[in-house]
Amino acid sequence: MTEYSNLRRAFLEVSDLSVQFPTEDGIVRAVDGVSFSIERGQTLAIVGESGSGKSVTAQAVMGLINKRNADVSGQVIFDGEDLVAMSDEDLRKLRGNKMSMIFQDPMSSLHPFYRIGDQLTEAINAHQKVSKTDARDRAIEMLHKVGIPLPAKRFDDYPHQFSGGMRQRVMIAMALINSPSLLIADEPTTALDVTVQAQIIELISQLQREFDTAVILITHDLGIVADVADEVAVMYGARVVEHGAVDDIFYHPQMPYTLGLLASVPRLTQVRSDRLDPIPGNPPSPLRLPTGCVFQPRCVYQDEVVGDLCRTQRPDLESVGPGHEVRCHLPAAKRQAAAEVALAALGRSSS
Amino acid sequence: MSQSVEPAAGVPALRVSDLRTYFPVRSKGLFPKTIGQVKAVDGVSFEVYPGETLGLVGESGCGKSTTGRSVLRLIEPTSGRIEFDGVDVTGLSSKEMVPVRRKAAMIFQDPYNALNPRHTVGAIISAPFAVQGVKPPGGVKAAVQELMERVGLNPEHYNRYPAEFSGGQRQRIGIARAVALRPKFIVCDEPVSALDVSIQAQVINLLRDLQDEFGIAYLFVAHDLAVVRQISNRVAVMYLGQVMELATREDLYARPLHPYTHALLSAIPVPDPRAQKQREHIMLSGDLPSPAAPPTGCVFHTRCFQAQEICASEKPALVEPTTGHHVACHFPILEFLGTKEILGPDPGLTPRAGGSLAGAAAGSNDLIREIGTDYGVGPDTPIDPGPSIWR
Ligand SMILES: Nc1ncnc2c1ncn2[C@@H]1O[C@H](COP(=O)(O)OP(=O)(O)OP(=O)(O)O)[C@@H](O)[C@H]1O
Ligand SMILES: Nc1ncnc2c1ncn2[C@@H]1O[C@H](COP(=O)(O)OP(=O)(O)O)[C@@H](O)[C@H]1O
Ligand code: SF4
Ligand code: SF4
Ligand SMILES: [Mg+2]
Ligand SMILES: [Mg+2]
Repeated sequence: MTEYSNLRRAFLEVSDLSVQFPTEDGIVRAVDGVSFSIERGQTLAIVGESGSGKSVTAQAVMGLINKRNADVSGQVIFDGEDLVAMSDEDLRKLRGNKMSMIFQDPMSSLHPFYRIGDQLTEAINAHQKVSKTDARDRAIEMLHKVGIPLPAKRFDDYPHQFSGGMRQRVMIAMALINSPSLLIADEPTTALDVTVQAQIIELISQLQREFDTAVILITHDLGIVADVADEVAVMYGARVVEHGAVDDIFYHPQMPYTLGLLASVPRLTQVRSDRLDPIPGNPPSPLRLPTGCVFQPRCVYQDEVVGDLCRTQRPDLESVGPGHEVRCHLPAAKRQAAAEVALAALGRSSS
Repeated sequence: MSQSVEPAAGVPALRVSDLRTYFPVRSKGLFPKTIGQVKAVDGVSFEVYPGETLGLVGESGCGKSTTGRSVLRLIEPTSGRIEFDGVDVTGLSSKEMVPVRRKAAMIFQDPYNALNPRHTVGAIISAPFAVQGVKPPGGVKAAVQELMERVGLNPEHYNRYPAEFSGGQRQRIGIARAVALRPKFIVCDEPVSALDVSIQAQVINLLRDLQDEFGIAYLFVAHDLAVVRQISNRVAVMYLGQVMELATREDLYARPLHPYTHALLSAIPVPDPRAQKQREHIMLSGDLPSPAAPPTGCVFHTRCFQAQEICASEKPALVEPTTGHHVACHFPILEFLGTKEILGPDPGLTPRAGGSLAGAAAGSNDLIREIGTDYGVGPDTPIDPGPSIWR
């Protein structure tokens, strides 16, 4: 990074991104004022419960939200250009080229009736002029890179001839074939077994190093986050409620939802209490987000905030340390105390 | 849940001996012929004692759900013996099964499809009373509302429909239905896999509380080893229809013997960045071989980093090197055992593919490929185990 990096824009800078879907039941606020940034070679993990807005955030960044059925506002500055304001045609030129996405369900983006190899070469040809043999060589090399045995032979196979893990690897090959500088992976391993998951995560990291890619990894698996993330954004009820370096989130968490999340995760090793400490209640409906703090209906700490603030006032994302931001009305000392208790139960200290 | 359940305490709530469930593989076309068999469950034996949880783990398609369903005879097993509470139910007709079924229940993975959307919660939870002709003392409605209260649902929602509940709440409905008749044991098939972690924890705690209260035995099927650890007293690890290792939870997680268990445990990232970055990874290559054409000898040999020549030809028996710790492997990983003599010398610690446990560390994609090139699937082998119908 340069010394005047403060003045420079980040490689990808998302600010105040909101997405609303008007539906029969009312307005679904799927993403509400989300901001984050990421540099090349870095991994930002977005974690949160299902329905918290992770996928819609990703789709909005990729310009995949159909603006006819949705209101998208805010800015997504990618390498100097605002993607929210960009035309669909220009976006198409970027997607699959400078930026690409891996989806949770590989079948949804592999065409079942076309050969694997043809789909890969088409991804190359869509963005650049190369000869047929060059494209084929490149596709085979990419299949080899993602660990498909006998890639030249399997080039002519159809997707159904591949197992789930292999299809997911083909998806990664497809997403990375044009060496994108931004990759969004939306739960890339949720449907896979742990042994295959380990391979896929390692593969993404390897290719990230090779191409110096900025990676946004969406997952609900805190183990994967601990494994690969540099930074973490915790989403709850359409908002980012805590954001920081991976160590901030795991060793100095501040927001009551983050604390609850860490305490709910089942562990492989003995901890002080082997009974899980779940968050009570259920996540809010995006049709009826609480007016104050989105976590208020489930928060056990709200009584420590004076007055009715948690119920009535939306807390701002407040800086609590370098690069560490928290959206909570609790006074610093009380947040600290809450964190100590939660970490002690995990057998960790916050120092 | 007490940790001290003695695996030998009295009559098991469920005993399964040499269970096999094979599915025919049919050719495509107008007149399909049986051209092979999927050995979904291939010689599985275990007991589950009252008040105990036996976890059943393994990768997708290894036969966990088929085991669970065969035990309840929701699928007819090909062979083997199943006892509920000491009574052999293997040969019973479906009519004879009805009263026996009262002793057993099932909780499903998918809280969305497991409940009939056109039935009210009251009707769903009371169904077992109707099926079994049981008349609870204070009336059905009172009994159901008591159950709803017990599992953390609002009893006033008796007349609501499943669509009006969240995933976690629907799973509670399924649990209330399962415990309605106070069964001796429950097969839980991935009961929390579809739920968010914060909701998962609520449901796991509920299952543990109900077990303490009613002394239910659980056969807990799941692919997530961390979840299984949270609830199980003992754990069985399955691979391609067979049990690779079966041990108390302490032994299995702290002193695993089977290479596959090692690989599974090392593949799970732990939610602690500093600890995670120091862990050793064993990368297994490839996917499960097709259960229609399982490898010869040890079924794991095509992916095993410990494999030697004998592994491809001779199937290792499930032995018990220390009390209660069962393992099926010619070269178990003995570092933790301290009593290596029991299984003879230990040639297995020099892995074939050039990587020690530590050497197989993350980053060596070549090793992945090296171990993987010969996992026994050619371009023409149908390697996808096919859709697992109960996922
Ligand atoms: N009715 C059936 N006909 C043919 N094959 C079947 C049938 N049911 C299951 N199988 C096959 O039997 C094997 C075991 O399936 P099973 O559903 O028990 O796996 P599982 O361990 O529960 O997997 P998952 O973790 O994906 O739920 C798989 O190869 C599956 O495709
Ligand atoms: N096209 C759409 N129309 C209406 N609501 C939507 C649409 N897409 C997503 N949503 C809603 O927006 C919220 C956030 O969704 P999503 O980003 O997919 O969550 P997740 O964090 O699980 O990825 C959810 O409540 C979802 O139902
Ligand atoms: S703002 Fe209030 S309700 Fe929200 S997390 Fe903080 S203490 Fe809890
Ligand atoms: S060492 Fe041999 S017997 Fe043991 S798991 Fe590996 S392949 Fe099977
Ligand atoms: Mg999503
Ligand atoms: Mg299953």
